[in-house]
Amino acid sequence: MTKNPSVAGAAIAVTPARRVSSYLYNHAKARLQLLLAAPVLWLALVYIAALLMLLVTAFWTVDEFTGNTKVAWNLDNIVSLFTDSLYSSVTLRTIGIALGVTLVDIALALPIAFFMSKVAGPKLRNILAISVLLPLWASYLVKAYAWRSVLSNKGVLQWLLEPLGLNTPGYSLWGAAITLGYMWLPYVILPIYGGLEKVPGNMLEASSDLGAKTFTTVRRVIFPMILPSIIAGSIFAFSLTLGDYITINIVGGPNQMLGNLIYTNVGTANNLPMAAALALIPIAIMFAYLGSVRRTGALNNL
Amino acid sequence: MRISRSATIILGFISSLVLAVIYLPLVIVFINSFNKSMNMEWPPPGFTLNWWVRAFGSGGLIAALGTSVVIALCASLVALVLGTLLALALSRYKFFGKESIGLMVILPIALPGIVTGLALNNAFRTVLGLQLSMATVIIAHATFCIVTVYNNVLARLSRTNRNLEDASADLGAGIFTTFRLITLPQIGSALIAGGLLAFALSFDEIIVTTFTAGAGVETLPIWILNNMFRPGKAPVVDVVAVTTVLISVIPLYFAQKLSRDDAK
Repeated sequence: MTKNPSVAGAAIAVTPARRVSSYLYNHAKARLQLLLAAPVLWLALVYIAALLMLLVTAFWTVDEFTGNTKVAWNLDNIVSLFTDSLYSSVTLRTIGIALGVTLVDIALALPIAFFMSKVAGPKLRNILAISVLLPLWASYLVKAYAWRSVLSNKGVLQWLLEPLGLNTPGYSLWGAAITLGYMWLPYVILPIYGGLEKVPGNMLEASSDLGAKTFTTVRRVIFPMILPSIIAGSIFAFSLTLGDYITINIVGGPNQMLGNLIYTNVGTANNLPMAAALALIPIAIMFAYLGSVRRTGALNNL
Repeated sequence: MRISRSATIILGFISSLVLAVIYLPLVIVFINSFNKSMNMEWPPPGFTLNWWVRAFGSGGLIAALGTSVVIALCASLVALVLGTLLALALSRYKFFGKESIGLMVILPIALPGIVTGLALNNAFRTVLGLQLSMATVIIAHATFCIVTVYNNVLARLSRTNRNLEDASADLGAGIFTTFRLITLPQIGSALIAGGLLAFALSFDEIIVTTFTAGAGVETLPIWILNNMFRPGKAPVVDVVAVTTVLISVIPLYFAQKLSRDDAK
């Protein structure tokens, strides 16, 4: 193999582009830096810098007269996160809903993903995979709005439940939890399905040849192998619920989640430092979660 | 492992039930867009095409659609360039900090949208002193769209044969020629798939958008949100909802088909 391509093609004129090209060909490091420069600068300057500034802003305050954010270092916002009962109760409620939604979604996703990958034939599997994928791409807002129709007092759920002597949960925390669980379900099914697809069939046969019952195989062979995929799915469901404030507005009635508190502090209350302090809660929770599952390899399954 | 007949039946039953629940609300919205009742009454007292006619005669709605398309196009273009560069770098080189960069790309979608939105809002307004505008929305959307392009291109690059690139260099092609004639055709459909995904992601996004859009910027999701609670507007929102689903689902269906066809 020739080291320098311009030597091999002696007939090619040495244009400036050609010179850059052969320089880069011989300098892997320069090539790498050129590839990385734009995207890393963008992510670092736009995103990471913004995140860091958000952390910093949480320790600032708002000028009472002008309403502008003012650089005056203090811990008031952070302290009120722990002392203000509104903040702690809304935080606990949000975490509770996020946990519930995540667990229910995993419980629903496991059987359908298992059916798709290990029971259904190739043709049915394709149809199912597409059927699960398509609604994932329907707008988030449309899905929340769809549940607004379904849950309404005159809606289809009431119409279905009335003969059974039951009522629709209506626009309430239950309504919001159902809607959130609905919205993130495909995000949980897909990684688990992907994980199950990677479990080789002959490994399951080997397990049963060695005398394991179905349940033992599921518990000792399948489960450990798909655990990273389950965690990957849970990251979506949990994180998306933790930051939500629109679904709860649409189907949650007067109830509030963490996102609502953040949103009102940005808008009507015009208190960016307090909003930033509140945003530290989901950031801290997600970083702790991402950090604790990093070793399982779940992040490569996202 | 043999799966007993009863287990198969139970699994099949749960699966069909879950699928039915996944589709039910979307079907209801579709039917409601023809529902004669103005307040989502079920069963519908009658059917009408009135709402569809009214929706497409509404100037504000068409303008919002235009805004959304422009934002989604610009954001996906930026994401295509940045995502591809990053995928090339991470698939072809080993270097210090590689893992951190990998984490940095997924962070904008792994963290709740409200965090991304608030961080950017704060950075634009407080730190940089900028007015929120359409450009700020495009920057925000491009940031979380990079990962879709990156993932698609990275997956493709891991399957492409690098011998072809070496052969091209041995035959005297410079690195730009090799990229244009060898690498680009190999990752072409991954770029299309990633770009379509980015477009759809941006087109539907609402949370980050509400935090980064200027006062006069109304995307389609913002239009829906503004009109959802207005009395008498529900049926028109149904029409828009059905339209949005169609606009995002059709390109994504093709994106999916593209990435699956190459996987074979």
